[in-house]
Amino acid sequence: MTAATTGLLLDATGITKTYGAVVALKSASLAVRPGEVHALMGANGAGKSTLVKILTGAIRPDSGRIAVRGRERTVHSPAEARRGGLVSVYQEPALIPDLDIRSNLRLTQTPLEPFRHWVRELGLTDLDLSSLARRVPLASLRIVDLARALAIEPDVLMLDEMTAALPANLTERVLEVVGRQRGGDRCVIFISHRLIEIAAVCDRATVLREGETVGVVDVTARSEERIVELMLGEAATGKPERTSATAAAAARSADARPRLTARSLRSGTKLHDASFDLYPGEVLGVVALEGQGQDELFDILAGSERPSGGELLVDATPVSFRHPADAIRAGLVYVAADRAEALLMQRSVRENIALPFTTRIRRWGLIDAGKERSKVDGAIAVLQIDTRAKGEVRRLSGGNQQKVTIARWVAGGVRTMLCFDPTRGIDIRTKDQIYVLLRDLAEAGAAVLLYTSELKEVQLVCDRAIVIFGGRIVAEIAVADADEPTLLRAAYNLRPDAAMPEDVAAEVVATELAGEVAGAGARVSAERAAIGTVDVEPVEHVEPENDR
Amino acid sequence: MTASAAPVDAVRARPVDVLGSWARHNAWAIGLLGFLALLLAYTKLIQPSYGVAGVQGLAISALPLALAAVAQAIVVISGGIDLSIGSMMALTSVVAAVLMKGQPEEFGVVVVVAVVLLGLFLGAVNGSLVVLTRVPDIVVTLAMSFVWAGCALLVLQSPGGAATKWLKDLILGSLGSAWVPKAAVVLIVIVALVWIPVRRSRFGLSLYAIGSNRPAAFRSGVSVGRTRILAYMLMGGFTALAGLSLIASTGIGTPVPGPYTLMSVAAVVLGGVSLAGGRGGVFGPIVGVVILQIIRTDMTFLNVDPNMAVVAQGVILIGVVMVGSLVQLRRSRA
Repeated sequence: MTAATTGLLLDATGITKTYGAVVALKSASLAVRPGEVHALMGANGAGKSTLVKILTGAIRPDSGRIAVRGRERTVHSPAEARRGGLVSVYQEPALIPDLDIRSNLRLTQTPLEPFRHWVRELGLTDLDLSSLARRVPLASLRIVDLARALAIEPDVLMLDEMTAALPANLTERVLEVVGRQRGGDRCVIFISHRLIEIAAVCDRATVLREGETVGVVDVTARSEERIVELMLGEAATGKPERTSATAAAAARSADARPRLTARSLRSGTKLHDASFDLYPGEVLGVVALEGQGQDELFDILAGSERPSGGELLVDATPVSFRHPADAIRAGLVYVAADRAEALLMQRSVRENIALPFTTRIRRWGLIDAGKERSKVDGAIAVLQIDTRAKGEVRRLSGGNQQKVTIARWVAGGVRTMLCFDPTRGIDIRTKDQIYVLLRDLAEAGAAVLLYTSELKEVQLVCDRAIVIFGGRIVAEIAVADADEPTLLRAAYNLRPDAAMPEDVAAEVVATELAGEVAGAGARVSAERAAIGTVDVEPVEHVEPENDR
Repeated sequence: MTASAAPVDAVRARPVDVLGSWARHNAWAIGLLGFLALLLAYTKLIQPSYGVAGVQGLAISALPLALAAVAQAIVVISGGIDLSIGSMMALTSVVAAVLMKGQPEEFGVVVVVAVVLLGLFLGAVNGSLVVLTRVPDIVVTLAMSFVWAGCALLVLQSPGGAATKWLKDLILGSLGSAWVPKAAVVLIVIVALVWIPVRRSRFGLSLYAIGSNRPAAFRSGVSVGRTRILAYMLMGGFTALAGLSLIASTGIGTPVPGPYTLMSVAAVVLGGVSLAGGRGGVFGPIVGVVILQIIRTDMTFLNVDPNMAVVAQGVILIGVVMVGSLVQLRRSRA
């Protein structure tokens, strides 16, 4: 142990974590001094959440060491991390829905008086300790979660997107309380996509990029640009080449009729105003930070959720989807990031590919095996699916699984494909194949809408890109200009060259916040409904975790 | 929902509030009690001679199943299920019957303690297999139901053995008033002595926590694996008591499992425990058992074909759960 490290409250170095072929953390380090509020920054998928989960023992690192106050700690479970003074408030509240608040506090052995103190400090006045956690609104639950963490006075408190689901007044109180932790003996690690909040409460920021710590920045009024630069890295300068085909496609789409038109689509409190056209023969990129309304947009387009307002037109005809089957019938097919959502893992590659279109080959009676086989084989060949493990899809690699989900639509003849981060967690070679495939589909006249969390994919695959922030489309960028710095700035809703004036940015955040919570409890979560529990209460909408 | 929103600062809740909140948390059980009262009234109506003897019989016949239902409820609350309860009851009861045969009265106490320990051990085996092998609990316990049933036949090939006299006396007859059957008192004492402390302990909270939301429980610092194994152990203990009550009421050990496994699941469902875990208690399932028993008695009084009576039991089970869910749905909408 060197003298330099002994002054640190938390010192994590050389943390690595891989999931199969996917490297989540390559070499992450995080050093936090006592008495500071430290921001952990990074674009989507940079490894922030993985690092926090490792620090709190929710997952185990492959290697690396974690020291608290100079003493090395093994954290193999949240209970151990707790004893070591590492406590996190996660994106989804960690309260047990079927226990009342008081029992939840007893479960984590939280002292009651400090908890009451913090609840008051955080501005939550009407909390009934004997009400079941499932009956408490999401925003209040997050405050309870935070107060519970504060009450046990942890050495290191980690807040993962703490303010994401809070109304403006509570956000203010939270930031104030977090700010007050400065200068003491303990520290706070603060994760947020809102640069304004970072600037308001944080002393320093550690920036992660692709699973690696790339820099530590002192937060000042002008540090935003530096942080964005670090998040981008060298990729900011290099420009991937892809020219002629794009131009041709763009020219073709200019005089065509849009395949899909969205007009002011709204969904609850997440999506406020989405309007765009998707033309045949193009790949339209969608760029957004986590939780800006892109999930809702794709759910609406895929027919699994109904919009609360706005209009959707397919081939200039208004449509209203009640069920994903309606969307598929209208030619809109959906490829999800999570393969498990789409595939029958225990069945063969052949069955999985054939599933969506067998009904079209023969509606009743026996399936025409010959016709099915020829179609499926065609799709397998086009996609270069490695079929050595074709007996059961679950034994394929993630990349090959994703190719199967795309193949099933290709086999059926695709007209409009909605891809939600299709290359998440996939090796580079397969990614390239998927890029080529999407391009080929567009060349063949299909319209492709591609949400991607990897900004460089935009220039590799797309013809143009739209950017969503706070449930609104805030920019449309032609592919030639869509380099990573431009996209990232747009995603943070910063103007291309200058940082956004503080007051405007604050307003954006405030309005976004005000809307966000009102309907937070009103949605019955899809999983609950899907597994058919007798549970009929409205279940809080839980933020999906995109940051893997 | 909470009309009496006690603010955070209220240090002590008033007794009325406590009672109110207890009533809210046990609404299902209270509703079931109402249903039970209706059934009793109906029984008296169709069989005017139904009285002390009827209640005595009801208590004795309900005791083994009630203990089995408590055992099942504990595992189901923790988010699991155990399909070997019937076999485990058979095994523990024949072990007890064989050990007690021809032995002095005092030795019976040793046997009772040993059999309860055996039950804890059997439960620990089930729980450890579920946790360590990661095979689904429904599969593990189904497989173990064959293992325990086989063991029971190895111990005793045909009904036999004996029960100590004091054990039989423990549940026969009444205490004080003729309307208070000993069997009911024994049940209440056992459940109160074991369940109430458990319910109030951190283990009890963990039990509900892992059934309600396992990832959140894990993040709250609950040791999920250990809690699951302990839940199965506790189940084993209650199952052993159920086995003992079986020989206490019949006087001999029977190596072939009765219909207790599925009946215990039925009672648990009827008793308002969510099969998804995390919700309910042991009081509801006990009332559920009494209801299932009394329905059977009524069918006999009405001279219904016994086969038809089984069909009716199933229909009533579905009906009660459905009506209950509808009521809850309306309440949560209101």
